[in-house]
Amino acid sequence: MRIQPPGLTTGVVCATIFEDVTVIATESLSKRFPRVTALDRLSLDIGPGVTGLVGSNGAGKSTLIKILLGLSPATEGRAAVLGLDVATSGAAIRERVGYMPEHDCLPPDVSATEFVVHMARMSGLPPTAARERTADTLRHVGLYEERYRPIGGYSTGMKQRVKLAQALVHDPQLVLLDEPTNGLDPVGRDEMLGLIRRVHTDFGISVLVTSHLLGELERTCDHVVVIDGGTLLRSSSTSDFTQTTTTLAVEVTDSDTHPDGTDALRQVLTRAGVNLVGHDGLDGQGLPGAGHILLVEATGEETYDIVRDSVAGLGLGLVRMEQRRHHIAEVFRTEEAPRAAAVTQTVSAVVGAVQQKGSGRDEH
Amino acid sequence: MSTETGAVSGSETSRIHNIGYRSYDGKRLGRSYARRSLYSQSLRGSFGLGRSAKSKVLPMLLFGVMCMVAAIIVAVAIAAPGTTALPIKYTAFAIYLQAVIGLFLAAQAPQSVSRDLRFKSVPLYFSRPIERADYVVAKLAAMASALFILTGAPLVILYVGALLGKFDFAEQTKGFGQGLVSVALLSVLFAGLGLVMAALTPRRGFGVAAVIAVLTISFGAVSTVQAIAWQTGSTGAIEWLGLFSPITLIGGVQTAFLGATSAFPGGEGPGVGAGVVYLIVVLALVAGSYAVLMRRYRRVGL
Repeated sequence: MRIQPPGLTTGVVCATIFEDVTVIATESLSKRFPRVTALDRLSLDIGPGVTGLVGSNGAGKSTLIKILLGLSPATEGRAAVLGLDVATSGAAIRERVGYMPEHDCLPPDVSATEFVVHMARMSGLPPTAARERTADTLRHVGLYEERYRPIGGYSTGMKQRVKLAQALVHDPQLVLLDEPTNGLDPVGRDEMLGLIRRVHTDFGISVLVTSHLLGELERTCDHVVVIDGGTLLRSSSTSDFTQTTTTLAVEVTDSDTHPDGTDALRQVLTRAGVNLVGHDGLDGQGLPGAGHILLVEATGEETYDIVRDSVAGLGLGLVRMEQRRHHIAEVFRTEEAPRAAAVTQTVSAVVGAVQQKGSGRDEH
Repeated sequence: MSTETGAVSGSETSRIHNIGYRSYDGKRLGRSYARRSLYSQSLRGSFGLGRSAKSKVLPMLLFGVMCMVAAIIVAVAIAAPGTTALPIKYTAFAIYLQAVIGLFLAAQAPQSVSRDLRFKSVPLYFSRPIERADYVVAKLAAMASALFILTGAPLVILYVGALLGKFDFAEQTKGFGQGLVSVALLSVLFAGLGLVMAALTPRRGFGVAAVIAVLTISFGAVSTVQAIAWQTGSTGAIEWLGLFSPITLIGGVQTAFLGATSAFPGGEGPGVGAGVVYLIVVLALVAGSYAVLMRRYRRVGL
């Protein structure tokens, strides 16, 4: 699989250099509880932009957020947010940072407007400013007339928007979003991810967004940090991962003249000079029916035409032809393979989750 | 196809929401302002202000009952010829209407704290400039203020009525002052106890039940045992038994220091010596409530 540019893997694991523009910096940050080590000498250096923090449940994401908000002291090491030390300037940090919790946190009996105004005032905004900012922010996250109705009647997607709005209402320099796509359907998920992207591009607010799904962060984030068991697994920029070429997944039926339609199409396409990706052009990812899906490298519009004409020429039925995104997960899998067994296991667990989601989305 | 769905909804989102973002460069008033905001929001909430119409009914009804009783007392006192004082002492009013105060506390303490716990809004507060102590102090002060308004307003009505009736000014003012001190103490004590019980459970119903149970059961038990003690002639025990229920604690303190007539059987209220013990217990309960709340919120922090 030729997905990853060479020389990508090295030198990112221990990035402890404190740059001029650093939004979050941690230095051998550890948090130990009596029985569990939540963070183990974690050193991170996160710049402006949208940063994804990926890890399975219990990887230490929430613990890290608590420490970054100055709410929980680190056992050892230090951390700075927006240049302020979390141990000494917790209140100053919390004034400039927004936080969106993972779980439900909205009282059902008040309207979104009332709730967000209250939260704006809790962040120190004067009453008039709190009302203006609330109206603006709710509009920005896409809540209109419904914002005057009690939150109890909102859909999950709308509740997530209110949660995001309360994190943004005081115009922070950084927002920490804990699993913002939790519980959303694929469309809601895409909208939320688009919104998160806009928080940085349009509002100029840096974002740290956590997820246990690596795949959904690839379009949204400039940078992805993977932690597991409280240690840094990997930290790199997403532009390293993303590919300009796209992959087409093609599935065809068999016919009497071509008992193996997939193989026949492969031969025709190879002769036509189309690049096939993966193992013999087959999707070898182990999904049901994967052996019948050809992965074709699409260089432009003409590739679609070639595939269409080839299928028609062979007299086969075209079951599907769809774009496959390159998942960051693929990159991780290939490069993490030689690493220690434990590490590989965790990463493949994450990869598995991504692929499940990916395959689910392909059906839409 | 998934990618196209994503692309379409993505562009739709940006089209709808693209109205330009304005950053905020104005003042940020910080921690003490946030604490005041939380206080005023909680205080208003105790009377249902800023909440749904339904949640205004009970607190306003109870407040109305308190004021109406005071107004009736005043009317009777002024209408009856030859009266020179109000038929009851200022300090006795809260004791007579303790059931109303108890209901108010039972209804409003859980809405003040259980709500944040139940819907897990607490982390939103603690991810902002305020600290745990600010939250606890604001909630305690708001509840105590609400109770003080509830119990103080009828005293004001009584006082105004007494002045209109041209009763002795100095005597009435003294009694009114004593009454205010007494209800202030009652408000702080009840607020502390009520919030502790409400904060221990995220379920509102349990909070309501717990507050009512603690107030009525302890008062019932204390009154019964006191009555038995009086019947059996062990009058010395009566003044100490009053230590075991919130309302008799307040009754004891005001009997000892605020010139109140004791409601204990046989009028066996505590003297100044026992009164000091009563006062210490009240203050210890208030401090204890604060400590328990602080502990409670350390655990639910985020």
